[in-house]
Amino acid sequence: MSTFGRPGGTDMTRRLAAWIFVAPALAVIGLFFVVPVAMGFALSFTDFDLYALADLANLRFAGLANYVQVLTLPLFWKSLGNTLYFVLVGVPLSISLSLGCAVLLQSPLARFKPFVRTALFAPVVTTLVAVAVIWRYLFHVRYGLLNEWLGAFGIAPIDWLGDPHWAMPSIILFSAWKGFGANMIIFIAALQAIPADLYEAARIDGASRWQQFRHVTVPMLGPTLFLVSVLTMAGYFQLFAEPYVMTQGGPLESTVSVLYLMYEEGFRWWNLGRASAVAFLLFVLMIVATRGLLHFARRTEEAPR
Amino acid sequence: MLPALGGCARRGADAPLRFWAMGREGEVLDELLAPLRREQPALQLRVEKLPWSAAHEKLLTAFAGDATPDIAQLGNTWIAELAALNALEPLQPWVDAAGLRAQDHFDAIWRTNQVDGVLYGLPWYIDTRLLFYRTDLFARAGVGRMPDDWAGFVRALDALQASGVAHPLLLPLPEFEPLLALALQQDEPLLRDGNRFGNFRGAGFRRALSFYLERFARGHAPYLTGNQIANLWQEFGRGTFAAFISGPWNIGELDRRLPAAQRSAWSTAPLPGPNGPGASSAGGASLVIFRRAARKAEAMRVLTFLSRPEVQLRFHALTGDLPSNRATWAMAPLAGDRRASAFAQQLERAKPPPAVPEWERIAQEMQLFATRAQRYRTPVDEVAAALDARVDGFLEKRRWMLAKAR
Repeated sequence: MSTFGRPGGTDMTRRLAAWIFVAPALAVIGLFFVVPVAMGFALSFTDFDLYALADLANLRFAGLANYVQVLTLPLFWKSLGNTLYFVLVGVPLSISLSLGCAVLLQSPLARFKPFVRTALFAPVVTTLVAVAVIWRYLFHVRYGLLNEWLGAFGIAPIDWLGDPHWAMPSIILFSAWKGFGANMIIFIAALQAIPADLYEAARIDGASRWQQFRHVTVPMLGPTLFLVSVLTMAGYFQLFAEPYVMTQGGPLESTVSVLYLMYEEGFRWWNLGRASAVAFLLFVLMIVATRGLLHFARRTEEAPR
Repeated sequence: MLPALGGCARRGADAPLRFWAMGREGEVLDELLAPLRREQPALQLRVEKLPWSAAHEKLLTAFAGDATPDIAQLGNTWIAELAALNALEPLQPWVDAAGLRAQDHFDAIWRTNQVDGVLYGLPWYIDTRLLFYRTDLFARAGVGRMPDDWAGFVRALDALQASGVAHPLLLPLPEFEPLLALALQQDEPLLRDGNRFGNFRGAGFRRALSFYLERFARGHAPYLTGNQIANLWQEFGRGTFAAFISGPWNIGELDRRLPAAQRSAWSTAPLPGPNGPGASSAGGASLVIFRRAARKAEAMRVLTFLSRPEVQLRFHALTGDLPSNRATWAMAPLAGDRRASAFAQQLERAKPPPAVPEWERIAQEMQLFATRAQRYRTPVDEVAAALDARVDGFLEKRRWMLAKAR
């Protein structure tokens, strides 16, 4: 900043210059983010639908009716339950997978590191729809690889995507596989930043491998762990493409997520008013969840170790 | 809606006509239209192909963005929706001027193109649902010909079970068409009071749903999700089940996919009804002209050409779709095709589903409730009442619109 501000310039002109510089970015954000969000919010208080699309005279102000209807709709609560199930099981699973793989890859015993790292990262860069189609074959009840392996242990075949109890675990498994590579890379970078002398000191003090992990690695990864948790959670709350491709929300609505519900209301049945209400409810939910995580992170930071 | 914005999307008067077609029909359309292009070299026409899965969204987005095509192929169940948007040109005057007559087409199909008495589409190809069955397995069970009422059909299913086909009738739970066909066989309509309220509590639907659920309860139909049937045709060939309810495209699929030895081991039959030959759903696709089309007379010439019997016959040869023009059915090879003729018989008894924009959603909801009832053994009366409550909710806006118009 000091190289930019001329010594003679007043505070006022400097501030003006700053505004001019950020103006293009602000204009883009305003046009493509703030305006649509505000319009969506306004839409959530109307009953905008197919009839209103035909003629705006058919648009009614609905007040809070959309919110009331969504909140009293059993499917909304079911989809919320499904989404929370996905987040609460999926996020820890995905993060522990990432962390586990990162730690193993950091081990001096690991061989062919670049190859293994690339192989584990590969699912992240594949197209979700394409791999979802392949996983549907793996999950197939009669001809799937997964059931063939289970069959080798004498376990009866499971209808992974067709049984309401198994569909969500299947999707969690798929998502974790698809996404853990990205966080793994972040963890590897963070692990490399931990000074080796900390481990050395711990070893001299007689700490076991597990104690080193628990008392050196985890605290040093704290900020990274927090960042990764927030990002992963925000992503997992927006579960959509997996059920859209693999189960279409079925069987028996067991994989309908909040976002999927919004899509169906909005773009399949064209109830844009109600779909907007669902979107804002999801927004509130995500704010609350992220705040909660932030609060938790602060508390653990303040607490004496 | 936004005339100022519409101005820049509007094309010049000499731009080619745009014709949106979906799936297989879109692929063969250029070939089908070749003679017309030779007849009328001045005709500028461009065929644009859409996948079925994205077609519905594309049409609505095109309407919102003032970019609708001039002509489109439209699934019959979407006509009410686009008519509600006031996007379609009423066709009766055009059809009269071109000398096309309603009686040349199947009555139920013609009616699916009408919303509140106004004609919006010209039938192109037809669809109805009936039974595909393994003649050899039925014969082994001692059923010589397909019964035409429910009681006889149930006895036939029992006989098939006894002869070793554990679950003889495939009713895929994710599909609403079989249950819809059973429901349309009843005398009561599915919606009441001018399509303002659901009528699923009526005796008719409850009877249809009971019959449907009983097939699962008695093991006539297997409890299967979409994932468990990997290959319908292969399993049908293996005799995993002996009959299923489906549409015309499966004639071609079965011909292509079953081994040569089994080519004559299957046939089609009209659906058995509660008391004697039963109805089924009338469906298919129609051709429509959009209200915003620039040169409607030219567009109408394309529609007229495509409904000529000889063009419809060529269309059947290219796609296997069943033509909507009755005259085509008197021509070879359709006239001698006994599997296709079951469809013609069924069509004489077909009924259109209610022509309301909300119909697709109502049908999906009906199937969802039926699936739940199948799984949780919910009493039929309870399911029907809950379904009516949902459907009345979907139709609330429609009731308001109708009250406002009065």
